[in-house]
Amino acid sequence: MAVDANTVRRVARLARIHEPEARLESLAGELNTILGWIEMLNEVDVEGVEPMTSAVETTLPLRDDAVTDGGSTQKIVANAPKSADGFFVVPKVVE
Amino acid sequence: MTQLTELTLAAAREGLASKAFSAVELATAFNAAIEAANPHLNAYVVTTPEKALEMAAASDARLKDGNAGRLEGIPLGIKDLFCTEGVRATACSNILGEFKPTYESTVTSQLWRDGAVMLGKLNMDEFAMGSSNETSRFGPVVNPWKRQDGANASLTPGGSSGGSAAAVAADLCLGATATDTGGSIRQPAAFTGTVGIKPTYGRASRFGIVAFASSLDQAGPIAKTVLDSAILLESMCGHDPKDSTSLQVPVPDFAAAVSRGVKGLKIGVPKEYRVDGMPEAIEKLWSDGIAWLKDAGAEIVDVSLPHTKYALPCYYIVAPAEASSNLARYDGMRFGARVEGETLTEVYEQSRAKGFGNEVKRRILIGTYVLSAGYYDAYYLRAQRVRTKIAEDFRLAWQKCDALLTPTAPSAAFGLGEKSDDPIQMYLNDVFTVTANLAGLPGISVPAALDSQGLPLGLQVIGRALDEETVFAVAGVLEAQSGFNTKAKVWW
Repeated sequence: MAVDANTVRRVARLARIHEPEARLESLAGELNTILGWIEMLNEVDVEGVEPMTSAVETTLPLRDDAVTDGGSTQKIVANAPKSADGFFVVPKVVE
Repeated sequence: MTQLTELTLAAAREGLASKAFSAVELATAFNAAIEAANPHLNAYVVTTPEKALEMAAASDARLKDGNAGRLEGIPLGIKDLFCTEGVRATACSNILGEFKPTYESTVTSQLWRDGAVMLGKLNMDEFAMGSSNETSRFGPVVNPWKRQDGANASLTPGGSSGGSAAAVAADLCLGATATDTGGSIRQPAAFTGTVGIKPTYGRASRFGIVAFASSLDQAGPIAKTVLDSAILLESMCGHDPKDSTSLQVPVPDFAAAVSRGVKGLKIGVPKEYRVDGMPEAIEKLWSDGIAWLKDAGAEIVDVSLPHTKYALPCYYIVAPAEASSNLARYDGMRFGARVEGETLTEVYEQSRAKGFGNEVKRRILIGTYVLSAGYYDAYYLRAQRVRTKIAEDFRLAWQKCDALLTPTAPSAAFGLGEKSDDPIQMYLNDVFTVTANLAGLPGISVPAALDSQGLPLGLQVIGRALDEETVFAVAGVLEAQSGFNTKAKVWW
């Protein structure tokens, strides 16, 4: 399942990371080296084995359906690159 | 009297209780030590000397009133992965910009609850992705230890908790918080002659710790001695409703377990941890460790963990997959650094291209790829099945033994720049530690010998889930029997 420059372009787009065209080939090489090494997992017989979903056997607890926190608008926007009147300011998304 | 900074945490606690010195005196000594050493070691990325003095003064008042907590007046360093209210936290990534958390991580809040004093934030690999501290936005930490070949090469303190390990080794704090996703507490501890323990997954809350791979990340301490690490771990652990994977179990008296001994315990030695090209000094340390435990009354049994060699490739699917999802939050909108652009997508793509370093990008791309349509079953699902097999290996081993003894890392500390061009060589640093993360088990690294270059080497003890007490008991014996008490020669 070798990765080529087109695949890297598509995956980078999915990950929302800009990768310049000139980098795609070398990135494909890097990813293929790692993926090639990972192929080792194909040696393992996993027929009938359940995939692990939790490292420690436990059931997820339910919390009470109650309001326990809030009124922290200023704290929430305190680190925003841009904010106004307690809102995040983002680039225009609708024409 | 020894310098205050050279004390162990346990000894400093006694000194504070007996009024031999004050918390302010102790904090002052550490502030000065950090100021002198940090330009050479680069262990701290933020120092908070005034906050330290303020917290120490409050500790002195509580010590005077007889209200001292169990870490009252103890100065600690905090890995930059932990959110600390009002003090910059960046996970050593550019994408977090000058992020100042408006809340405190549960683990650090418990340390402050118990009276500890904050000295600053410690350097690490970007988002904890690395084994040499070289992916940090602030540049690498330099290991306080040097080879004895006279070449004076700068060595890595390991990673990702390289700042934590170096600061403890160089007496720039009495102990440090750290985190371990594939070996990031234990490998740096081994490289710096310090003790580091990763508890059972779920023991310590992940709330307020910048997420890397949520099913693997666990916090733990790096400290000067096994006892110090037990004292710190006790404060760090405990159920937290803010982390749904935090376990609702009581925290035992870890410190008491350190001197429990190993009489009657069965210690497993897994044959798969003997890898090609392992330095002779590590082979020897491992056999010495076996002999020490036997002398102390343990029974040694051979065990097999047949899927060990698949642990790292399995990790390099699971961890990047979880990271690609966790790191999706860095979009330049709500916090951190933003690169402006014409469209929303352009802002996302440019902010993330500029904000993430190369190793982080590489892992996000791998993670995105293995989770993408058509590849999910072949990679991600298969890896999670292999992970079940790895956990099953341990379950079978526990029928024959109570704890496992292995080397911590396949080499001593290496030179900065020596492995940075070859990701897989770098990943192999975690070959002995990553299994415990995949299976959620507690593991400790104890310094126990020097190699021919005078560099420290560590032994690792892995225990059953929630049986840190046995891990501490075995570690206590290794520490006592090895008689290891060498420190890096001060050159900074």
